[in-house]
Amino acid sequence: MSKKYDTPKLDQLKTGKWPSFVKELEKAAAKAPRTEDLIGQLEESYNVKMPLWKHGGMAGVKGYGGGVVGRFSNYPEKFPGAKEYHTMRINQVQGFFYTSDILRKLADIGDKYAGGLFNFHGATGDIQVLGFTQAEAEDLFQSVAKLGFDQGGSGSALRTPAACVGPARCEWANYDTLHMCQDITQEFQNELHRPPFNYKFKIKFSGCPNDCVASGARSDLSVVGIWKDNIRIDPDAVREYAKKMDIQKLVVDRCPAKCMSFDGEKLTIDDSSCVKCMHCINTMPKALRPGVEKGAQIRIGAKVPMVQGPRLGFVLIPFYDVEEDKKNNYAFFKDLVQRIWDFWDEYGQNRERVGELIQRVGIGNFLEEIGIDPIPEMVAHPRANPFIKFEEYFSEDEEEEDDEDEE
Amino acid sequence: MPDKASGRVRITDIGPPNYEDFLPDIIKRNYGKWKYHDYIKPGVMFHVSESGEKLYTVRVGSIRLLSSDTVRTIADLADKYCKGHVRFTTRNNIEFLLDSDENIDNLIEDVNETLGFPVGGVKKCIANIVHTQGWLHCHTSASDASGVVKSLMDELYDYFITEQLPAKVRIGFACCLNMCGSVGAADISIVGIHRRPPHVLVDRVNDLCEIPSVVSACPVDAIKPARTEDGKPTVEIDEDRCVFCGNCYSVCPALPIADPLNDGLAIFVGGKISNARMKPTFSKLAIPFIPNNPPRWPEVIDAVKTILDAYKEGAKPLERVGEWIERIGWPKFFRITGFEFTKYHIDDFRLGECTMNYSNHVTL
Repeated sequence: MSKKYDTPKLDQLKTGKWPSFVKELEKAAAKAPRTEDLIGQLEESYNVKMPLWKHGGMAGVKGYGGGVVGRFSNYPEKFPGAKEYHTMRINQVQGFFYTSDILRKLADIGDKYAGGLFNFHGATGDIQVLGFTQAEAEDLFQSVAKLGFDQGGSGSALRTPAACVGPARCEWANYDTLHMCQDITQEFQNELHRPPFNYKFKIKFSGCPNDCVASGARSDLSVVGIWKDNIRIDPDAVREYAKKMDIQKLVVDRCPAKCMSFDGEKLTIDDSSCVKCMHCINTMPKALRPGVEKGAQIRIGAKVPMVQGPRLGFVLIPFYDVEEDKKNNYAFFKDLVQRIWDFWDEYGQNRERVGELIQRVGIGNFLEEIGIDPIPEMVAHPRANPFIKFEEYFSEDEEEEDDEDEE
Repeated sequence: MPDKASGRVRITDIGPPNYEDFLPDIIKRNYGKWKYHDYIKPGVMFHVSESGEKLYTVRVGSIRLLSSDTVRTIADLADKYCKGHVRFTTRNNIEFLLDSDENIDNLIEDVNETLGFPVGGVKKCIANIVHTQGWLHCHTSASDASGVVKSLMDELYDYFITEQLPAKVRIGFACCLNMCGSVGAADISIVGIHRRPPHVLVDRVNDLCEIPSVVSACPVDAIKPARTEDGKPTVEIDEDRCVFCGNCYSVCPALPIADPLNDGLAIFVGGKISNARMKPTFSKLAIPFIPNNPPRWPEVIDAVKTILDAYKEGAKPLERVGEWIERIGWPKFFRITGFEFTKYHIDDFRLGECTMNYSNHVTL
């Protein structure tokens, strides 16, 4: 096939051992000629060192306020195929499990209605189909819908929730991440498709503190599996590990809680001091396992730099009994989410993530509003400054119940 | 429900399909019953169930951008080796799941041949790089994403397919501060960055943007309402205050911030998501600015290699990049790498003051 554009810079990225996205672009273009213009425009970007897309522009399907991200070329005459080259976010299967049959059907749809180009997956978790026009959006949407798929979130909406592989293939799943993520996604379809918020809201589900979906650094609400009781120890397997590794040096000495000891034979853990960091379990997976009283920790407020700087999530609920709540269709969790959203709705500003709002109004006020008591697990340490905004005080002309005590 | 205008039946609000329909039988049988896992060789691990069944995983380094044909090739491999099942990971890897170890080598050979993708990315390696769309498909990008990542992984290829590092190193790439790649807590974060204020298209602001939301979009109050010479509402940006974040451009197309002369990349190090040992933390600034140098960004690759070499040399087994730096101290990190420490490294944003060293604790 003769190339429509000369692309010396991109051609360089076809060499080397790592898979080449340029080769993928060319393969896509062989199926969907519009993608040739995407390649041409990208080469031009490499020459001028800047993006050549217009800002925003409207694209979408009827009845949804998100899910489609419009992309319009700044140079539609020069790159006609890139004139409209939109993205549709397709809510992934939980745990990113697919069948060959579904993948082939998605591939066909991508060739027919778009640029033959996909992301498996975007950063939030969606499958992304790239390169369709507004005129094709509805057919593309309904084609994936007939396969049983729906769109993901974009804009000031609930973004597509995502989960780690969980109990499907991991012994460290302290709750059923896939089940919970699926249930919560289905519950909040309206908030996902029709942006109702000040800004985006992300919920992510990790099965253990290794946090494979990075929930603690990027999701407004992060649900991380944890256990309450003792780490399960298989003494025989410990002895096996002792033959091939230095347990004292690599496990015991590295425990952040300093709650372990090893006498050359037997490993002892003071679980009352364990902070559930996972290091010992990660290092000796055959010998150590999380306990059996399992659940999750809920952290709140993580976000990326925009607008008021990056934040990690802080502990909101140290232990949440997921299994019990699952029996009630996650009623507790759903109610918690709703209370947080109500608060955000009432007091939040445009483009203010919930973590920023909490910082602005004060964590104490936030907790009071959503009805959660302050506990020491939430803080690294209590305040060191004395600027306390007291709300209770005595006044001379009032009879205080405990006046006598004060005297 | 039937659409009133067209009379067609439309499917909406169905949510994602049920994951249970996509799980391989061996997973259905052992769901929630996994007992432990172990490793066979780079990129290959197995999980053992309480029932004694073993599930083998072959992890393949894929890329975020895939053509329909490659998706079909993945499907063919899934049919040939995995009874039609396959999964992806959060870091763009493909995972082939097998219920016996017989075909592992054949699968790997086939993957190398038909896909041309490497097997690896497990344990003490450089994990697949998560990244954003970049110039390829985003209007706010300060750099390309796929190109930098491809250039880096070509150079770091051996670190993906073998285990040569003290612990896992996760590299993340985001092409602007919106950080869609959510890379703030990666061991090494590469972030597209601007160095000049947006260019105000004075006459267009009123037509394209809602001025109050533009004003309130600024984290440092650098934007105020103004009037054009002929009296039309517009905005003014205080250059002394602007921190070049680009948030105002996100809400207002009349404030383009892309600047080929001044856009480039910053490198942050030592972030961590997992709770193992040290608490999760964001990565910290190592290099404030590297100009865009397509198509291979050699200065970025040199910088990442410098960090990796120093880490490989200095870190103890199982120590992540951030833990290593925390142990040796930041002064040593800058001495060892030779990266210049400048006033830009000292945080002057909100709460920045909390980042100073209030002690005598220094290595000299």
